[in-house]
Amino acid sequence: MSDGKVDIGALARLARIEVAPEELARLEKEIPGILRFIETIQSVDTSSTSMPKGLRNVMRADEAPHESGAHTEKLLSAAPMREGDRIAVKQVISRKKK
Amino acid sequence: MDLSNLTIAEARRALDAREYSALDLTNAYLESIAEKDIDIHAYLEVWADAARAEARAADAMIAAGTSQPLTGIPIAIKDNILIEGRVASSASHILEHYTASYDATAIAKLKAQGAVFLGRTNMDEFAMGSSTENSAFGPTKNPHDTARIPGGSSGGSAAAVAACMALAALGSDTGGSIRQPAAHTGLVGLKPTYGAVSRFGLMPMGSSLDQIGPLARTVGDARILFDVLKGNDPKDSTSLPDTEAQSPTPKTVGVPRDFLAEGVDADVLQMFEAALDTLRAAGYAVRDISMPHLPHSLAVYYIVCPAEVSTNLARYDGIRYGLSVPADSIGEVYTKTRGAGFGPEVRRRILLGTFVLSSGYADAYYRKARAVRDVIRNDFARAFESVDAIALPTTASPAFKFGEKSDPLAMYAEDIFSVPANLAGVPAISVPSGTVEREGKKLPVGFQLIGAHGSEETLFKIGEQVEKA
Repeated sequence: MSDGKVDIGALARLARIEVAPEELARLEKEIPGILRFIETIQSVDTSSTSMPKGLRNVMRADEAPHESGAHTEKLLSAAPMREGDRIAVKQVISRKKK
Repeated sequence: MDLSNLTIAEARRALDAREYSALDLTNAYLESIAEKDIDIHAYLEVWADAARAEARAADAMIAAGTSQPLTGIPIAIKDNILIEGRVASSASHILEHYTASYDATAIAKLKAQGAVFLGRTNMDEFAMGSSTENSAFGPTKNPHDTARIPGGSSGGSAAAVAACMALAALGSDTGGSIRQPAAHTGLVGLKPTYGAVSRFGLMPMGSSLDQIGPLARTVGDARILFDVLKGNDPKDSTSLPDTEAQSPTPKTVGVPRDFLAEGVDADVLQMFEAALDTLRAAGYAVRDISMPHLPHSLAVYYIVCPAEVSTNLARYDGIRYGLSVPADSIGEVYTKTRGAGFGPEVRRRILLGTFVLSSGYADAYYRKARAVRDVIRNDFARAFESVDAIALPTTASPAFKFGEKSDPLAMYAEDIFSVPANLAGVPAISVPSGTVEREGKKLPVGFQLIGAHGSEETLFKIGEQVEKA
């Protein structure tokens, strides 16, 4: 259970979202309030629950659903940066500039 | 042309009888939009030229004698459902300029019918909200009182139909996003059984909860749309197998009376009782039932939904499509793009979802919520052993004013009667059941019927009785 304190900055880093300081301060008040509300489910006895009936596996044939490259151009045209038939990204591993 | 009482069924008859053309009908709606939408803001974009071209194609189908139920019917589409070549933004800055690369299955089915697409409608960003106040592009106003919200998240779709700016519309419902705006604008809104309508091409929010469904003027119109939209789709692994059509004769309606003990406005409760009286007069047995775990639904929903939101919205990272904020490192591209592209409620839910799924808390929150969800589902299963449908008000109050629910928990409470059906995966419909007065304005109220899995036809049958009153 939460002890009323939530490190919103750490959550924002985990979720890869930049949050401005004033919003961080507001969320530090709001989120614990929401947690106090959702924590009310702790009182429900769930010892006798079982898996819902009627569940089934959903499979598809292990084969190519379409010709290779059929959608490449359409999908790549949506990318912010591209190089030929690839999506371009910033270097993933980089050395800190001095 | 008088659009105020027009239904899909009546338009179908008139179109096939050549009383007017599909082009006339589409033009009438486009004129209505040009006249009214400046005040309502139901649409984020109107496709006038394309709509006219689709109407001409529909006229050709009608002339050739190949018209289908939705041929030439002008429909509005919620901004989170993909139409190839069209912008689909989910009312978010992060997808403001995103063009869909394929058709949602629901859209492909409407296209095959020769339906006319008028435009894309406003919504709460990524369908998170109950008022359209979370749209990145400004809120939609309620046609019954423009000082009030139209409901949400499918508020643009609801306002478009309510203000005669579309004959019907598609919405999506994760925790009430079709039924609540339908109730607040005097429409019929259906959330189908989970898996009844393909979600392929619907931007995912809470994947274990989301369904596409219709907003329409009558129960009959909602049925026409549902019959077109439903069906198995191999492209959606949660899509249900097709089943035989049924013609049930429902007799019993259950009321979880304890759940209504507090929090419902007195006049809203009165309208609810009046609808129950209508059903009694029509020969239904109405009886109180016990569903002891329903009050926990809202708390369970606000764990499960944010958890699914936080995982689903991880895809918006500025790399493959949508907004991309340039930065020095790939990590900063992610954080800056998501920080700039998402609005406050979306950020709040992602953070909440990240918390309830995080190591050390997942057992107490997410896994416990899943277990309580099963308990709630069992409440429904037990109830449907003795009743054909469960009745609840769609909302506890009529449409509220802009800015009235700035506290997130107050906004979440708006979903109290609608989330249980999503948690259980069962179908639910909101049918108009009169009005209540607030500050001199008559505001619509919705009567909700919830059925067992696959029992949409039962809901239509009972809903038609309520509608007749």
